[in-house]
Amino acid sequence: MAKVLVVTSGKGGVGKTTSTAALGAALAQCGQNVVVVDFDVGLRNLDLVMGAERRVVFDLINVVQGDAKLSQALIRDKRLDKLSLLPASQTRDKDNLTDEGIARVISELRERFDWIICDSPAGIERGATLAMRHADVAVVVTNPEVSSVRDSDRIIGLLDSKTEKAEKGERVEKHLLLTRYDPVRAERGEMLKKEDVLEILSIPLLGIIPESAEVVRASNVGAPVTLNNPNSAAGRAYLDAARRLNGDAVVTPEKRGLFSKLFTRRAA
Amino acid sequence: MSFFNFLNRRTSAPVARERLQILLAHERGIVGGQPDLVATLREEILAVIAKHMAVERDNVQVKMDRGASVSTLEVDIEIPTPDSVVRPAA
Repeated sequence: MAKVLVVTSGKGGVGKTTSTAALGAALAQCGQNVVVVDFDVGLRNLDLVMGAERRVVFDLINVVQGDAKLSQALIRDKRLDKLSLLPASQTRDKDNLTDEGIARVISELRERFDWIICDSPAGIERGATLAMRHADVAVVVTNPEVSSVRDSDRIIGLLDSKTEKAEKGERVEKHLLLTRYDPVRAERGEMLKKEDVLEILSIPLLGIIPESAEVVRASNVGAPVTLNNPNSAAGRAYLDAARRLNGDAVVTPEKRGLFSKLFTRRAA
Repeated sequence: MSFFNFLNRRTSAPVARERLQILLAHERGIVGGQPDLVATLREEILAVIAKHMAVERDNVQVKMDRGASVSTLEVDIEIPTPDSVVRPAA
């Protein structure tokens, strides 16, 4: 049964697009059929992070408006044949995205793929609510920083009220992905700890992505970090997160001090 | 002063945590469609206490923490000590 996953955060610049590319590639590396969909109309970047910017011909709006078939707009990844991209439009206005059109595209994608990963735009406007509308699962990307945590809390509220599932009285499965985390600074009391963020937001932890030059290096060359450097700390963290999404039990042999061993909350 | 600053800088995360907890307790009440629950509770608690003893408005603190399975409501009321109450002459 296909699953629709939204990668969202409220705040911009916390790593939604990077995480969409990395989780999408990681799930495909696990053998799943995956499509990543860019909902950021007018400011598309998923194509660039995935290294497919010169292969875009048709986009989501063309498909929604019936100007192109889904198969014409989908771009298959050159490195992973189980991974596809549906790009956003760079020139059209987001008002061209209709509720009915999106519903139709999502149901067509459900027939072709195991995972439909929607990369949400920042903010809480129409683009963001459309991206989460049909979600079964949500990954809330958060930085250990006050403004990001506050915005994530707001987005969690929207996931519990504005989604199709919420309106039917069901629940969207929510997961926290803590990105740009620096355990040394957190231990020194200079940065919110993962325990703090988990306690404040009260949703289960999917993974912690350490602050890493590998993440920037991967987007520089247009490759998800799980493909570009699967053995880097960030690459491994995303691969573990993808396995957890897939329902596999993952135990990470982390290097931990006594303090964090005593106080670590396990990922759900 | 510089030593104090040094200590302060090292422990900014607990400040961030506390500020967020207070702010979000307030915002969740508004966004969740509920009128400000904490403020309403505070007013009603104050009214009940005022029937029986004199308390200052500022000395009643109501705080709510949301957890995964349990939420806690913390009510902190400061009541005047007997010394500050005017005693009848012996």
